[in-house]
Amino acid sequence: MKIGVLALQGAVREHLHLLEKLGVEAVAVKKQEQLQDLDGLIFPGGESTTMGKLIRKYDLLEPIRDFYREGKPLLGTCAGLILLAGQIEDADEPHLAVMDMTVKRNAFGRQVDSFEAKLAIKEVADDFHAVFIRAPLITHVGKEVEVLAEVNGEVVAARQGNVLCASFHPELTDDARFHQFFVNMVREAVALR
Amino acid sequence: MSQNHQVGTDLVKRGMAEMQKGGVIMDVVNAEQAKIAEAAGAVAVMALERVPSDIRKAGGVARMADLRIVEEVMAAVSIPVMAKARIGHFVEARALEAMGVDYIDESEVLTPADEVYHIDKAQFTVPFVCGARNLGEALRRVGEGASMLRTKGEPGTGNIVEAVRHMRMMQSQIRKVQGMSRDELMTEAKDLGAPYELLLQIHETGKLPVVNFAAGGVATPADAALMMHLGSDGVFVGSGIFKSENPEKFARAIVEATTHYNDYDLIVRVSKELGGSPMTGLEISKLRPEDRMQERGW
Repeated sequence: MKIGVLALQGAVREHLHLLEKLGVEAVAVKKQEQLQDLDGLIFPGGESTTMGKLIRKYDLLEPIRDFYREGKPLLGTCAGLILLAGQIEDADEPHLAVMDMTVKRNAFGRQVDSFEAKLAIKEVADDFHAVFIRAPLITHVGKEVEVLAEVNGEVVAARQGNVLCASFHPELTDDARFHQFFVNMVREAVALR
Repeated sequence: MSQNHQVGTDLVKRGMAEMQKGGVIMDVVNAEQAKIAEAAGAVAVMALERVPSDIRKAGGVARMADLRIVEEVMAAVSIPVMAKARIGHFVEARALEAMGVDYIDESEVLTPADEVYHIDKAQFTVPFVCGARNLGEALRRVGEGASMLRTKGEPGTGNIVEAVRHMRMMQSQIRKVQGMSRDELMTEAKDLGAPYELLLQIHETGKLPVVNFAAGGVATPADAALMMHLGSDGVFVGSGIFKSENPEKFARAIVEATTHYNDYDLIVRVSKELGGSPMTGLEISKLRPEDRMQERGW
């Protein structure tokens, strides 16, 4: 099993580190052709505007959608979540649009409003140390989307089939439980293929 | 927000810089330039009144930017907005924090307000980035609470030589500290003028505790890629974009070269498509000693 981390920009190293800690082969992905031998793909935290532009510039949009259609799991954290969303408030167009949900960028305010908090995440942990940095919120979810975590009644983690997302940064702490959950999704998908 | 929520922690402040890695932060002086930078793929913009090369030309005292410019830039883009405060000028920094700026650069590009002390940055909720020429300077800034570092280079010159010198110096000092025996560290801390606890951390991890970008002299896509090869986590471009002949193309090309710094075919392609010359460069030895911005800060 091999999982890629999209490495156009952002907290790539941290995701690779957690995957390696879980004993999973992990690679930084910059080019289309690297997708072929992967079983899952992670979209890291960073700047979604920048990553969205580079995804288009290097013609990664359709290859990643094909990857998803083959039943291979995706995980997006913070900016990565924005890349996965079907709709983005105050933006012209979504990016990958593989999750039936609407997101609001910088939903908690500016950097001075960034925070860390203990969070209960369904099927993962009831005491997850979650770091929110200029974080987005999921303001609307479709029928197929399962809500996994909330802050003040607002959705901050969700799953739809083989796609998982969090508006916080599980990659910024040493707690690998959220990544373990994703690795299990990838393992199940590999078994089904 | 519930009591469970903590703002302004080291993790949140340093984490913000982690999210900028592999990206380019561009100096802008108005909303129009900020939009060009965002469209080109910048991960953040630095709002100021003049880019460093114009600060050099104008002379006199360079202060924090007119706050109306900062406000205009914040309203124009959704990416983070940084702004510069003078070294030691904690009231300029408090004003920028109160406005909601995402990151403050306590910068030698502006005229220092204090010739002895830097800002006590740990007291702020907003994170700070600071310049450094060597490991001792870098760790003094982290000790004061900086959440991100950058080389000082020599701002506004379009000459990469000083940024290279500073990055190589820091990397070589990190390797040296990592290889030392533990009983040598206190004397090394004394010699470098670095906090012992931070030096010990570097000895154990082999890396700086915060993200370190390149800054001060980046003028071309190849300059940006060179700095990434030397171990930079990302790149600040000051005058290099809006003082070039084709800012849009330079901005896009520098973003691409930073992402794909070891793809030389790509660097050839983007360098051929620049559509104009880079900013005019300055020879460092021709600068008068009082014009060397990197000597500011202590």
